[in-house]
Amino acid sequence: MDLDFTAAEDAFRAEARDWLAAHIPASPLPSLETAEGFAAHRAWERTLSADRWSVVSWPARHGGRDASILQWLIFEEEYFAAGAPGRVSQNGINLLAPTLFEHGTPEQCGRILPAMASGEVIWAQAWSEPESGSDLASLRSTATRTADGWLLNGQKAWSSRAAFADRAFGLFRSDPDADRPHRGLTYLMFPLDADGVTVRPVGRLDGKPAFAELFLDDVFVPDADVIGEPGCGWQAAMSTAGNERGLTLRSPGRFTAAAERLTALWRAEAGPDDTTLRDRVADAVIRSRAYQLFTYANASRIAAGGSIGAESSLNKVFWSELDIGLHETALDLLGPRGELSDEAADAPAEGGWADGYIFSLAGPIYAGTNEIQRDIIAERLLGLPKGRRS
Amino acid sequence: MKFLLDDEQAEFGRTLDRMLTSAGAPAAVRAWGGGDTGPGRALWKRIADAGVFALAVPEEYEGMGPLPVELAVSFIELGRHAVPGPLVETVAAAVLLGGPAECLDTSAAQRWLPRLASGQAMASLAMPAGGPYALDMDTADVTFVVGQGETELHTASGHGTVQPSIDPARRLAVPHIAGGVPLVSGADVGAATRTAADWAAFATAAQALGVGLALVERTVAYAKQRTQFSTTIGAFQAVKHRLADALIGLEFARPLVHGAAVALAGKSPDAGAEVAAAKVAAGDAAYAAARTALQLHGAIGYTAEYDLSLWIRKARALRSAWGSPSACRARVLAAPGG
Repeated sequence: MDLDFTAAEDAFRAEARDWLAAHIPASPLPSLETAEGFAAHRAWERTLSADRWSVVSWPARHGGRDASILQWLIFEEEYFAAGAPGRVSQNGINLLAPTLFEHGTPEQCGRILPAMASGEVIWAQAWSEPESGSDLASLRSTATRTADGWLLNGQKAWSSRAAFADRAFGLFRSDPDADRPHRGLTYLMFPLDADGVTVRPVGRLDGKPAFAELFLDDVFVPDADVIGEPGCGWQAAMSTAGNERGLTLRSPGRFTAAAERLTALWRAEAGPDDTTLRDRVADAVIRSRAYQLFTYANASRIAAGGSIGAESSLNKVFWSELDIGLHETALDLLGPRGELSDEAADAPAEGGWADGYIFSLAGPIYAGTNEIQRDIIAERLLGLPKGRRS
Repeated sequence: MKFLLDDEQAEFGRTLDRMLTSAGAPAAVRAWGGGDTGPGRALWKRIADAGVFALAVPEEYEGMGPLPVELAVSFIELGRHAVPGPLVETVAAAVLLGGPAECLDTSAAQRWLPRLASGQAMASLAMPAGGPYALDMDTADVTFVVGQGETELHTASGHGTVQPSIDPARRLAVPHIAGGVPLVSGADVGAATRTAADWAAFATAAQALGVGLALVERTVAYAKQRTQFSTTIGAFQAVKHRLADALIGLEFARPLVHGAAVALAGKSPDAGAEVAAAKVAAGDAAYAAARTALQLHGAIGYTAEYDLSLWIRKARALRSAWGSPSACRARVLAAPGG
């Protein structure tokens, strides 16, 4: 058991650090939940991909660096430590791309992945529906067979990034007569500017359009944009859901960097006698380190040929609560300034805490609510009986 | 980077688990708490024979150490089986006498370390970092005492009134220094003491993690068979979620314990902070597991006669031993990197 990096890994870290230092925008980009910020973040994706830093773990032929999972972790540590911008392409890179690698055709991979890596096409996820949240098997939007493709109808809700994105991916009911609700679902991709698509941006807590409702009225999708076999969308979606909760959605670098910023804020703002805040800051540091080491252990397991399954649910509950705790502590440390929006004239210079706080509040809700994750932990890891959801 | 137990280390843990299961540790704990230390001493000898204490003793003193990763593996199992006695103190005493031997008197090391490694001697220990009391002094063969100022190491000559702990299997006493044997004095004692205190906190964290794991294991087993309202209580979401949270706490404390072991093995300058982080996380997780175990067992869990009580009380005692949560949190933020 060791935590040592190889010379090659150290070199990779140094290369990433140098590149980031030379390329990170001098001033923070506007919020990516605005039209202006979205465009600025798209340009940043282009900058990243020009030197193949946008998708380091992908194969080189699709714009990546064939990076190992450990190199990916190293890159993310450097990325967040450097204070680099948030990733507007995250839905595509973290959710759609893993599914394409597993279930997509070579044609789909060749057509979709490079444009995703460069930020030319930015993806929105379109899974949830008004009556269907964590229970994806209850989806009601339909995909109806035509001569050369499919017609989509229905409504999608809480579609992240959809207010400004180019295309979306989601699950649709293609066989209403299937014997089980999670059968008869098909995984499809469609352009958000296609005929029949209406996008209604929805403001999140602070009013910024972080997601949208999609209304679909006979939207045509060619066969080439079906992922996997028609009717087998559930399996493809589940492999994506595992990714969303698992290793790649929230890299430890994000939290170790935030904990360092929080520690600096505490040193600057807190009185030495305030042990309550001190203990909360220490807990953020401890829990960030725990998450980092937990991820190293998982990465080691994967490198040794193992896999992670239901354990990813431990991850999801832990990081989402850690994220909220970190940001709540920062706002409390700021005292009266803790209520200022990041756009406020008096907001702290080393800011971002208010936006980060609003973002963190969604963590326990999306990617399968934490209640669903706790059920999975109890049933699959502890072996408790399936049963009453009440 | 391979932050994973190797096959040999994992098998070592399983072997200890099998041995402690067949030895019937709960009966030894109860006897220990009642003043009959015979079964506990017999168990101690088997643990020593398995090599656990030798892990903290350097090779030149008939040990195999220091091997902190293997020590973490063993102390998790010792906690899982609620093994009584000054386990942590014996390990920390071995580190105190053996680790920085170059700066301490080697005659004390020669005299005591082989006996600690083989299980012939059970040591207790009092140092300023651990508070005024020494654990199980009335049973230990020797108690080492580092005085205030950390410039002198003695053996104790005796002890004050033996006082009960919140965990009946632990007894606390203030050691007497006057008349004890002075072993070494000088500024080097301070460095040796700080290293030993790190190992004591580290072994306590691993032990607490094991205690928490046992509490969850036992409560899961209970929730699978206990029926109320015509339903197995483990099928209720409120029950599942409490157990899931207890498991999350423990599974994220585990890598911190392992990380502390790696830091101690590498004599990292951050080792003290890594140990403190592990102590906070494992102590909190074990204590939360104890509260969950008690709540889900209901009244039966609140009785002394039911074995669950052995772990519930130990979880609370270990939280305070060798570094309170608040002291450890302060240490995390005082770290060079923090």
